[in-house]
Amino acid sequence: MSDNSHQGASPAASDGVDLSQFFQVFFEEAGENLSGMETMLLALDIDNPVEEDLHAIFRCAHSIKGGAATFGFQDIAELTHELETLLDKLRKHELKPTREMIDLMLTAGDALKAQLARHGGSGEGNVVDTTELVEELRMLAAGNMGDAKPKAQVRALDIVIGPLTNPATADNLFELFKEIPDMGIIVARDDGKADAGNKRHFHVETTWKDDELLDLFSFHVAKECIAIQPAASIAAKNDDAGFGLFDDDAPAATPQGQLTPQAEVAVAAQKAEANKPEARAQAAQSESATLRVNVEKVDQLINLVGELVITQAMLSQQGRALDPVHHQTMLTGLSGLERSTRSLQDAVMSIRMIPMAVVFNRFPRMLRDLAAKLGKQVELKTSGEATELDKGLIEKITDPLTHLIRNSVDHGIEMPDKRIESNKPAAGTIFLSASHQGGSIVIDVRDDGAGLNRERILAKARQQGIEVSDSMTDQEVWQLIWAPGFSTAEKVTDVSGRGVGMDVVKKNIAALGGTVELDSAEGHGTRVSVRLPLTLAIMDGMSVAVNGEIFIIPLASVVESLQVREGMLRTVVGQGRVVEVRSEYLPVVSLHDVLNASHTRADDSTPLLVIVESEGAKTALMVDELVGQHQVVVKNLETNYRKVAGVSGATIMGDGRVALILDVMHVVGTANSRMSNSPANSLKH
Amino acid sequence: MLQQQLSSQSSPEANLASLSNEFLTFKLGSEEYGIEILKVQEIRSYETPTTIANAPSFIKGVVNLRGTIVPIIDMRIKFNLGQASYDQFTVVIILNVAGRVVGMVVDSVSDVITLGGEQIRPAPNFSSTFDTQYITGLGTVDERMLILIDIEKLIAGADMALVEQAKH
Repeated sequence: MSDNSHQGASPAASDGVDLSQFFQVFFEEAGENLSGMETMLLALDIDNPVEEDLHAIFRCAHSIKGGAATFGFQDIAELTHELETLLDKLRKHELKPTREMIDLMLTAGDALKAQLARHGGSGEGNVVDTTELVEELRMLAAGNMGDAKPKAQVRALDIVIGPLTNPATADNLFELFKEIPDMGIIVARDDGKADAGNKRHFHVETTWKDDELLDLFSFHVAKECIAIQPAASIAAKNDDAGFGLFDDDAPAATPQGQLTPQAEVAVAAQKAEANKPEARAQAAQSESATLRVNVEKVDQLINLVGELVITQAMLSQQGRALDPVHHQTMLTGLSGLERSTRSLQDAVMSIRMIPMAVVFNRFPRMLRDLAAKLGKQVELKTSGEATELDKGLIEKITDPLTHLIRNSVDHGIEMPDKRIESNKPAAGTIFLSASHQGGSIVIDVRDDGAGLNRERILAKARQQGIEVSDSMTDQEVWQLIWAPGFSTAEKVTDVSGRGVGMDVVKKNIAALGGTVELDSAEGHGTRVSVRLPLTLAIMDGMSVAVNGEIFIIPLASVVESLQVREGMLRTVVGQGRVVEVRSEYLPVVSLHDVLNASHTRADDSTPLLVIVESEGAKTALMVDELVGQHQVVVKNLETNYRKVAGVSGATIMGDGRVALILDVMHVVGTANSRMSNSPANSLKH
Repeated sequence: MLQQQLSSQSSPEANLASLSNEFLTFKLGSEEYGIEILKVQEIRSYETPTTIANAPSFIKGVVNLRGTIVPIIDMRIKFNLGQASYDQFTVVIILNVAGRVVGMVVDSVSDVITLGGEQIRPAPNFSSTFDTQYITGLGTVDERMLILIDIEKLIAGADMALVEQAKH
């Protein structure tokens, strides 16, 4: 395999044109083509492949090949050429797709990714050896299905060892095969006796390569004495076995040694059949209608629109002071400006929003590989892929989600036989869903596995010295999982179990300003809910005055506001004040106390309350005045300062002054704990 | 114009040798200070900031600087220098240090002066209002004595509570 690795100097300079400036575009497009190819391969129905899909996959490979050849990446071009040949035959229906082909093409895709990474990077890293892949692809394309296997090829060999001074030393080979797993099978063809030339004959079936066998045998016999030849008579048997291997999971009847039983992994992204053609048409359309834009440009655009909103708000405010009669045209213009600005801002904000499908799409492949590795059967069902999330959040949520799903597969879903015992289908299911709820996006990872084992968790907690009691509610027991280093996994796999994961997941999600909840039913499954705020840079807020300072309460959290009449405020012993609203008692939090501001209202008998909701719980916030309601541009306080408790950001009001935005969740939480801690409560009846 | 970071490890003499030459001078109380001009972004008049709850008393709050939220600190309060009064002559120096934009309230701003190496002396080790690790030297121009400060180290220092300190 020739490898013209790109090492700084452009290998593709032709006619003096330096093509290296186009490398970046090639790598990005090739990356996209590869992931598109992978998704389509995974979704391909082997028995009934959709014509259009085969063409699309072919086109992906074809584009990559073209680009690679142009830029002189020979290794990529060669591998994609073989892929292309195979795909061409598939789309022309000269060959029928098989599971093995899909697996091989997926592996080829991985190799291509590695090659691209190597070329796109510094040119270092190991050269990806694709000779085997190329060979196997060629064989598949040639219609030779029997022997080609995505993993190792079982070969039948006749081995003659000799001449040996002591023929019995060759018997040690049996020991080798016994001790080393996955080596294969060895059978003596000479009844243990050397022939006339003091040679021993063996029949071996193995997946190992010749040189590996030679290396190993040389422990016992000299290398020069070993002659390895393919066993012609066994080839026919191999063909049948080859076919048998794909349909039959049972390890018994095959001549292969220790190959792990192929676990059936049916991974299907479930979509209604009717939607498929439409979705495809839409996808085809949107493909041609996209534009590649640098993220920085988009961010700059968003910032500028933010500034525009501020200026427009200021103008509107000034406009209110004008006499409407004299300045009619001006005011009309200003209201037109306000409408346009709002539309512009909505449109720009949506640029950065990406559908969750981008995150969900990487999971089918991961699950397929993971389930195969663990010998389990897992299906993935998704819903809400169209739910959109800010690009920055999408990138940061992928890792925690990946970990949660791996956990589900590793610890949640049981082995197929155990599932059948519990009257469950052999294949476990993982449900992934995303939806908008209020001002947040909620992502659920649910599995129908074994659920959390309460006893095991309690035992592990005791073992780690954590205070637990048997009277803890289930919810409290589940919370123990978040403790660092906690894991009830019986053994640590390289997938999970080391106890490093869950607390990191929780921390990562908290860093995004979100929360995560656990729920489980033993024997039925577990559900993890991740709730993230939609961090729109522009949001609707209600401005209130506390001690002369203006604060903004996110409108999404506000339920209502009311002026309390004498007597509606009550005190609960040791808990603080509550107010009765339509026969519901809500705790009252005074923003003065939370913000350590002094009371300006001398008369607290008719306070103004703003009722807010956070995480399902309502609280009444006591303020001095309700100022107004408007859109605010959220500015980050931490850019130049630091995180302030109770404040989620700042904004610039129409008059140019800064107003702080309340972190409702925190304010409610802090004040509630403070209330319950304070020794004396002012009594108000 | 060479701009080199002042390192805390090197000797005062080596520090002096690597100092850039232009300083903005300002007054806090009765003393005059100088900071590297390159760290100064702009100079503004004082406007009442929005207070931040539970912040130390020398952090007056934050202001809007053409769309950016900038914290304002009053050095006179932090180091107990002179009267912290705010009138039409009060000046805020907007600094760009440690990747942040921070405003510093001072009594008045003088001029930008260039100091040659021979005009800068190492600071004697007396305990003063500033922790002396922030003082990089003493400059003499005519009759004036300028206390030269490493403003970046000061602002980013732990006791300013402006920058989140890595805890682990």
